[in-house]
Amino acid sequence: MSVKLSTMFKVLAVAGVTTLAGAAFAGEVEVLHWWTSGGEAKSVAELKKMLQAKGHTWKDFAVAGGGGDNAMTVLKSRVVSGNPPAAAQIKGPAIQEWAAEGGVADISAVAKANNWDKVLPPVVASQMKYKGKYVAAPVNVHRVNWLWINKAALDKVGAKAPANWDEFFKLADKFKAAGIIPVAHGGQDWQDFTTFEAVVLGVGGAKFYNQALVKLDQTALKSPTMLKALQTFKKIHTYTDKGAPGRDWNLATAMVIQGKAGMQIMGDWAKGEFQAAGKKPGSDFVCAATPGSANAYTYNVDSFVMFQQKDPANAKAQADLAASILSPEFQQVFNLNKGSIPVRTDAKMDAFDDCAKQSNKDFLATAKNGGLQPSIAHGMAVSPAAAGAIKDAVSNFWNTDSVTPQQAQAQIAQAAMTK
Amino acid sequence: MATQEHSVGQKRFDQWLPKLVVAPSFILSLIFIYGFIIWNGYLSFSTSRMLPNYEWAGMVQYESLWQNARWWVAIKNLGIFGVLFIGIGTMLGLFLAILLDQKIRVEGALRSIYLYPMALSFIVTGTAWKWILNPSFGLEHLVQSWGFPNYTFDWLVNPEKAIYTVVIAGVWQSSGFVMALFLAGLRGIDDSIIKAAQVDGASLPRIYWRIIIPSLRPVFFSTIMILAHLAIKSFDLVMALTNRGPGYSTDMPASFMYTMAFERGQLGVGAASSTMMLAMLAAIVVPYLYSELRGYKKNG
Repeated sequence: MSVKLSTMFKVLAVAGVTTLAGAAFAGEVEVLHWWTSGGEAKSVAELKKMLQAKGHTWKDFAVAGGGGDNAMTVLKSRVVSGNPPAAAQIKGPAIQEWAAEGGVADISAVAKANNWDKVLPPVVASQMKYKGKYVAAPVNVHRVNWLWINKAALDKVGAKAPANWDEFFKLADKFKAAGIIPVAHGGQDWQDFTTFEAVVLGVGGAKFYNQALVKLDQTALKSPTMLKALQTFKKIHTYTDKGAPGRDWNLATAMVIQGKAGMQIMGDWAKGEFQAAGKKPGSDFVCAATPGSANAYTYNVDSFVMFQQKDPANAKAQADLAASILSPEFQQVFNLNKGSIPVRTDAKMDAFDDCAKQSNKDFLATAKNGGLQPSIAHGMAVSPAAAGAIKDAVSNFWNTDSVTPQQAQAQIAQAAMTK
Repeated sequence: MATQEHSVGQKRFDQWLPKLVVAPSFILSLIFIYGFIIWNGYLSFSTSRMLPNYEWAGMVQYESLWQNARWWVAIKNLGIFGVLFIGIGTMLGLFLAILLDQKIRVEGALRSIYLYPMALSFIVTGTAWKWILNPSFGLEHLVQSWGFPNYTFDWLVNPEKAIYTVVIAGVWQSSGFVMALFLAGLRGIDDSIIKAAQVDGASLPRIYWRIIIPSLRPVFFSTIMILAHLAIKSFDLVMALTNRGPGYSTDMPASFMYTMAFERGQLGVGAASSTMMLAMLAAIVVPYLYSELRGYKKNG
């Protein structure tokens, strides 16, 4: 009897939500984000249009700069003063940290009505939940473990995309002999960390990656596999040019586009640079999974955390925002602009380019076989404090020749214990 | 009768007016400087992580601060940068001031040229020097293209040397200002002392070394004060020039605080590090103020 009652209650609740959706409740929705550059701004405008079509007012709250650090500082002051925006761009374990501080909104009703549990891969869905309730809506998926190669340079040395790290170094030697900078690298700590993450994934596999860089297991961090990864990582440094330190990632991508450099390890946002330069995947550049990680996938998922709204009309607008973010139409338009792929597993990929299609195919396959792993370099895997401490150790090792791989291993293991 | 009342009121008003005028800025600085210093101090003893909270944690944040390898790098860098920046900046500024003081032609134009870097913000200085010192298209590239293919100057990208590039840019920025301070000091010295020394047969270097430079003591004092607080606060120059890199080899206490408090959600550690910076500043400023104020009392 009680079971029946609770089901009835749920049905009523869902019915309530849908009735509300029918009524023209016009609210205001304020969205904090840092998508201000070309393609990104276009993508956000799309979301604004969808909400305005539902009769709501969109209040843009864009805080540019600092890779989101500036936006987070503003968000903190808004939350502390008890006046949070409806939604804010927050991702990864930071979602849990914000939820633990209280004040986030439960959007499980929207999730239920739109079947999120079914259309989202379980790894991603669990990151959007706090204590079993949805508090955030995912927007897109970036693949981080990509290797970008200049096709003309590749043909010149008569090679193909490397499948493992031995082949990678052979190809790098050929580039060097041909007078091309083998690896375009931007020596900023997050880029060092991105390369490191790809190496660990390629050398140790997805399972090892999970143990070492997601669970931060001390045995894995101190294992010979990790040591081998560190040695491989450091070897890449010898194939970068002297001007690398401090270089922005898009300038490194430009080197590959111009053929000055052979290849670059970078997430799929690099594709936007190639496309902006009028290059075509397959004929002008090659996108391949980083060596040894064809069956693995490090993801970087952007998401919006919802904050509790006092005004019921605004709460309604917030629910509509959450539903719109995951609607198939928005997922398609947004990700075509942004260079990423839809987070929905049932997305149609016809309009996307070959790299995105490949990314989507691998995303679906790895979601099933456990190869889908959160990216540590992009704040998806562990808390910002631990990720930052490990990043320090990795970047220090990359830049300082006097640090041995053994010392670096000990430092990383130590850093992983940062609370 | 009426006039007397008026004058009493007037007197009272005159007494209160200065206090009334000063009150708003006094209250504002009380809240926004001292209030926030106290708040920050309290946070450094709390368990604050991403957002401030007031749960007492004792010395935990200070312990983790002093165990942090990166903080030690920051302190070491501050030591290197502080000593060289103040030392070279003062010496170079004094040297330029002495040269300019030789009653040369177009002194005004030269003075503006040397003073000009001070008009730039540290961000501009840092960005300009980042390009000048970049090995692949800056100075090294230029000299190599002149026919010295073995010339290397890669301090900017060398973690052991990168902190010295911050010194170079910092000195470039501030030595003109120091020069202006010393020039004013030199102009203030009574000519008759120098003439008397010349009559006694003292050589020019000797006059400078024994008479002029010692009499510039107050200028040295204020120069060092200004440069020292610039060194401890230095944040924008590092952010623009090296962005704390390569790795974190050019981190400074201020940029360390920013990293921890705003990028990594470790507000407690950030607060502890800024309290340490306050303590460092106090260690320099308090003795100075003390000696200065005592000096005024003696004079007054």
